[in-house]
Amino acid sequence: MFRFDSFHMYGVIGSAILTGMVSIGLIKRLGLKTKQSEPVRIAAKTFHRGQIYGGLLFGLGWALTGACPGPLFAQIGSGFLPVSVTLLSAIGGTWVYGYFRARLPH
Amino acid sequence: MCAACLPAQIPFFAYDWKKEAWNLVFVAGVLLGGMLATQFLANAQAFAVAPATQTALRAYGISDFSGLMPPELFAGSHLFSLKGMIFFVMGGFLVGFGTRWAGGCTSGHAIMGLSNLQWPSLVATCCFMAGGLVMTHLLLPSIFLLVN
Repeated sequence: MFRFDSFHMYGVIGSAILTGMVSIGLIKRLGLKTKQSEPVRIAAKTFHRGQIYGGLLFGLGWALTGACPGPLFAQIGSGFLPVSVTLLSAIGGTWVYGYFRARLPH
Repeated sequence: MCAACLPAQIPFFAYDWKKEAWNLVFVAGVLLGGMLATQFLANAQAFAVAPATQTALRAYGISDFSGLMPPELFAGSHLFSLKGMIFFVMGGFLVGFGTRWAGGCTSGHAIMGLSNLQWPSLVATCCFMAGGLVMTHLLLPSIFLLVN
């Protein structure tokens, strides 16, 4: 993916961002409500240093496994059952983050 | 926002997980979607890996490009070897840990954050890409020397 030889990765992300921008624009313009008829509110992201450190670590894992968290499930669904081990390990990583959270820079 | 992040926290961050149950339904849907796509929508033409990528991967001993995931790396028989430890266990750990620390993954930051014009997401996305590039171009060559 990170050789950028083919369109698959950056093309999918790029077209998803375009779709997302159009959808958010429509939701705001039309004032769409959720099923519980609450207005749709999208929380603003606040910056912290974790986005740099965590982002770099995630990037390393992304290139190794060829998947971010969502596609892990899709890979298992398409029959690559050994990927369940990757999923368990990712859940383990999340747990370890929760455990050490107070001691990590944010 | 990021499908896989939330279920894992259930036992440890005591929040009312039943209210967030839609997350579990969502990831079950992703799994089902993968299954349906493979069964019914599979592209009749062979999955095309760019020729330059094929050349690069052959140098690492990967030559089976017939499926979506090369069996030389992701076959179940590698699970208990060093290769399996690195690609399944360490890779998975980095994905889970990094995603939580960064407060989102490719979906939460790159897709949702960027389309909502959030600058912290741009920082996070640049770091995702930087990490991926470092792994592909600097670390993977040594990892393949180690496991092959």
